Amino acid sequence: MLWTKIKRIIKTGAKSFARNGSVSVASTLVMTVTLTVIASLIFVGALLQSTLQGIKEKVDINIYLEDSATPDQAKVLQTRIEGLPEVVTVTYTSADEALVAFRERHAGNPLIVDALDEVGGNPLEASLNVRAKDPSQYQSIADFVQVQNVSGENTRNIVKKISYIENKEAIDTLSRIIDSSDRLGIIVALFFIFISILITFNTVRLAIYTSKDEIAVMRLVGASSRYIKGPFVIVGILYGFISSIVALALFYPITYWLGPLTYNLGTGMNIFSYYLDNFIQITLIIIGTGVILGIISSYLAVKKYIKL
Amino acid sequence: MIYFDNVSKIYSDNTAALDNVSLLIKPKEFVSIVGQSGAGKTTLIKMLLGEENPTFGAVFFEETDIHSLKKSHLNDYRRRIGTVFQDFRLLAHKNVYENIAFAMEAAGRNEEEISVDVPHVLELVDLGNKLWNFPHQLSGGEKQRVAIARAIVNQPDVIIADEPTGNLDPVNTYEIIQILKKINDLGTTVILTTHNKGVIDSLGKRVITMEDGKIARDDKTGKYIL
Repeated sequence: MLWTKIKRIIKTGAKSFARNGSVSVASTLVMTVTLTVIASLIFVGALLQSTLQGIKEKVDINIYLEDSATPDQAKVLQTRIEGLPEVVTVTYTSADEALVAFRERHAGNPLIVDALDEVGGNPLEASLNVRAKDPSQYQSIADFVQVQNVSGENTRNIVKKISYIENKEAIDTLSRIIDSSDRLGIIVALFFIFISILITFNTVRLAIYTSKDEIAVMRLVGASSRYIKGPFVIVGILYGFISSIVALALFYPITYWLGPLTYNLGTGMNIFSYYLDNFIQITLIIIGTGVILGIISSYLAVKKYIKL
Repeated sequence: MIYFDNVSKIYSDNTAALDNVSLLIKPKEFVSIVGQSGAGKTTLIKMLLGEENPTFGAVFFEETDIHSLKKSHLNDYRRRIGTVFQDFRLLAHKNVYENIAFAMEAAGRNEEEISVDVPHVLELVDLGNKLWNFPHQLSGGEKQRVAIARAIVNQPDVIIADEPTGNLDPVNTYEIIQILKKINDLGTTVILTTHNKGVIDSLGKRVITMEDGKIARDDKTGKYIL
């Protein structure tokens, strides 16, 4: 009996979806817009994350070492810094390597090369390049480095200067910008999701409003409220399912077209590859959201009109 | 079978739609309720269907106080009553077959019974050829016959017909009343409200006249007197 009932509910729901053609198309379109907004926010979020990640990775600090520091001492300091949990990499560059790199970088600029020859010897210091997981962690790394003593009996520190202290202002500002854009992104996303869900709710409610009298008649004929609600919920599921398929299909050409553009903008990410790489997750999120949204909105709407 | 025990219905603006009404309807009776608009006929019907609660008093169906029923039991109870209204109240998006099948599905009947009973009941109201039409493709008289078919398909104990001929021409009115009479002859209690003097006079059955929420007359084989 239960199976018969379920079968009837599904059949009735599907039929009513098909017969209320224009209402179904309108509701599906509105829901498609909602789901498109939600999917767009997923993509924008990913782009933002990738951009911020790119910026974060560009931030690093250099620890310049005294000329007297031996490579062994530098190695000890490097190991200690690497031991910090917030550190990703520490790269040692000897003074000679720094000079070679400097010359290479400025090979096309005879003025600088000449000046370097004029000075004679190697004016550059050996350095340790440190990358942290997050720019906000450089302060603690700098503090840590400043109190290290790796020169044995000699209490003089081998650290000459830390670039962080000079760039502190810039790095701090950047950290704040990254933090607030993260937070702002979430707030904007929630706001748009809220608005679109509200619109969907109202559309489904209007769609069911047209069936208000029918619900009253069903009640009079003695149909149980579950039997009345069932088909409407099925219609809601269909709205959600079809609109999510439409939204997902729309994103294929859109991301394909936007893909190279997003990459060239310096986000470090091709949105089309992101779509393809995360296709299953995105599909599940969108279909899931659509179907749940459909179920909840129709359930609430019928519930309102079923009270007699 | 149906008993109104000192029932009053007072709305929030202090108007009394029903004023201390007591009334007994026996099984297999054909009762007409007449009265001007606002006399309380519709409130009486709504109370019987459990759509409205009385302010005072109680309405009994057999031994059950209708208004003390829980929601799920109210559904069971409603399936024992067939209703026919002036505005037909068919499900617009379902065809004739589905409209009637819906009432049977709601009553938990199986597909086999439905496929046998629906065409049968439509034959009874002479609509055997309109099975697949939608309500908007039917005339007023045909719609009302579908409504009657839906009302009787679950073999209810009572048929309530609230102004069933209000929107119909004399020929259709006559046919609908004949169908109701036939249903009554087969043993179903019929409660009819109407404004149609001709209908009442031709029936020659019990007539209850309502005025200002009270029962003004109750005649065994009444005429339409206002």
